[in-house]
Amino acid sequence: MSEFVSFTLGGISFGMVYAAIGLSLVLIWRATRILNFAQGAMAMLTTFIALGIIHATGSYWAGFAGALAAGLVLGALVERVVIRPVENKPPFNAVIVTIGLLVALEGLAGIIYGGQYRSFPAAMSINGLRVGSTHIALSPADLFVIGSVLVVALLLAIVFRYTPVGLRMRAAAFQPDIARLLGVRVGRVLTLGWALAGLIGALAGVLVSPSTFLYPNSMDSIFVLGFTAAVLGGLDSPLGTVLGGLVLGIVLNYVGGYLGSDLETLFGLLLLVAVLMIRPAGLFSTARTRQV
Amino acid sequence: MIDRLTDRRTERGAPPARTLWRHLFGAALLAVILLAVTYKANSFRDFQIAEIAYYVVAVAGLTILIGLSGQISLGNGAFMAVGAYSAALLIIHLNWPVIAVLFAAAAVTALVGAVIGVAAARLRGPYLAGATLIFAVAVPSLAFKYVSLFGGDQGLSVNVTVPAGLGANFPLTRWQAWITCAAAVVTLFLLANLAHSRIGRNWRAIRDDEVAAALAGVNVARLRVLAFVVSAASAGLAGALLAITTGLVAPTGFTLALSIGLLTAAVVGGLGSLAGAVWGSLVLVFLPTYATDVATSHGLSSTAGANIPIVAYGVALIAVMLAFPHGIQGGLRQLAAFATGTRHRRADSPHPPVAGSPDGSTPASEHQEGGPV
Repeated sequence: MSEFVSFTLGGISFGMVYAAIGLSLVLIWRATRILNFAQGAMAMLTTFIALGIIHATGSYWAGFAGALAAGLVLGALVERVVIRPVENKPPFNAVIVTIGLLVALEGLAGIIYGGQYRSFPAAMSINGLRVGSTHIALSPADLFVIGSVLVVALLLAIVFRYTPVGLRMRAAAFQPDIARLLGVRVGRVLTLGWALAGLIGALAGVLVSPSTFLYPNSMDSIFVLGFTAAVLGGLDSPLGTVLGGLVLGIVLNYVGGYLGSDLETLFGLLLLVAVLMIRPAGLFSTARTRQV
Repeated sequence: MIDRLTDRRTERGAPPARTLWRHLFGAALLAVILLAVTYKANSFRDFQIAEIAYYVVAVAGLTILIGLSGQISLGNGAFMAVGAYSAALLIIHLNWPVIAVLFAAAAVTALVGAVIGVAAARLRGPYLAGATLIFAVAVPSLAFKYVSLFGGDQGLSVNVTVPAGLGANFPLTRWQAWITCAAAVVTLFLLANLAHSRIGRNWRAIRDDEVAAALAGVNVARLRVLAFVVSAASAGLAGALLAITTGLVAPTGFTLALSIGLLTAAVVGGLGSLAGAVWGSLVLVFLPTYATDVATSHGLSSTAGANIPIVAYGVALIAVMLAFPHGIQGGLRQLAAFATGTRHRRADSPHPPVAGSPDGSTPASEHQEGGPV
């Protein structure tokens, strides 16, 4: 029983990381109907930048802030340089371009940083908290992961719902042409969306790297599970994505704990296919997809 | 001019016998050229020829899937792994003859492809890309889960011997090149005929407008699954050929980079074009070699050198999508059209679902995903 509890608790922080990657995908998907396959690779690169800053300054928080800033810049840059030309093309083109970006960034990281596994520091102690006389499988670092993703998700929801910028972003996503007629600078809004997605991805990279190590391919499996989380949530709903990530993190931790960690990704695939077949709009979809 | 007109008309009408003979002639010509080349080449070149040939098999299957049926797969490297491990296990444990191993590996992978295809037939665009991406990431980890069967990190080593009938001094690499080239020629022949058959036309119809194809009586779901099966069988055959050529089947050979490499080859060569699959495979084999040579001669470390081709794949994917969506074969066709003074595309020339026509029309998947909700 205590094993079951610790698997559950351990799954929550992983789930939150999947949710963060999922949120960054949802943000871009809502705005441009593009799935950014390079999100994981971008997060890997910003985490390397964070590691460089931590080594240079000795401060974890400087690295943390540096990663988020780098994510913001990288996201905006990617949108402006390679995504803008394919934005109004068939979805297939954007898929290929973002995959190309994924490979290019991973290769670039391999050239700059080499292929060896590096350890990445955690924000706080990774020793389990004490409840009474026993340690539980939830450390201050885990709480930091859970808390920061929840805060970001909440901030995102507030920005979208209550601020003029958020209103412009929703308008640009919903009806780009009409939004443009009403004076919204749609191009800039899209760039902002990609920049914010880059920031959230960078956060996920920094949060997950203490437990996965850091190397050029380190975010591959995190990315696919983040994608799964987003699909579980319907690919359109931030709240659904957080819930999807949570469910996925816990379920996969059971799979990893009871059956072996090599099966986690495969099980993620099974879950994804099952959900897409039974409820294509996602488990927690709020809006009904319009059927054409 | 009259001659060209009749030629165009027969191609458009495509009398089956005529096309069959044309493909048969092409395949025979290719086989003769390859036979001559493998006799001339040294063992390193023979190995490279074999490498190109098994990539041709895999890329041809993928280019048919993407370019004709309009479905994307990022998981064909994983299908290659299925084929390679099947071949290795059959050779090691049952000692089957090579030809039987190739058929069996293709059949096993086709079966796996059917299962994936049934799921994939319901997915569109980015969903399908994501699901097949997970497939590519997940499959190699099975080798670590079942170490006693798949050999874990070390993988399985495969030994092939030259048949005694060819003489004692016949080089193994030439025999391997023969097997792979024969398989590649047969695969290209079969796929070319398939692309020109009713099935190929139906695939194109689905790709261009799924709803219209369904209204015209095309069984969309079944044909989409069939495209996946064909592509998986090709990849499985390619995997078996890889096992025979390299003698080693290990999880490091089937990373995501392989799947993306195959995709790069198909895109750079020109989606939907079998000739493009050959160009793409040439790029796939020679680009890493030359990139690494250039890198090491400029004093870069070997890890940097190993990563340069990966960057090149990525840059090539982006550049082709932004600037030359029809790839090498598309460029060659335009050149040929320019040289002969015609601006017509061949009626049956594959028209990849990329970049759309000038009017910006989009493939059917747009209908599914629709606009913002």
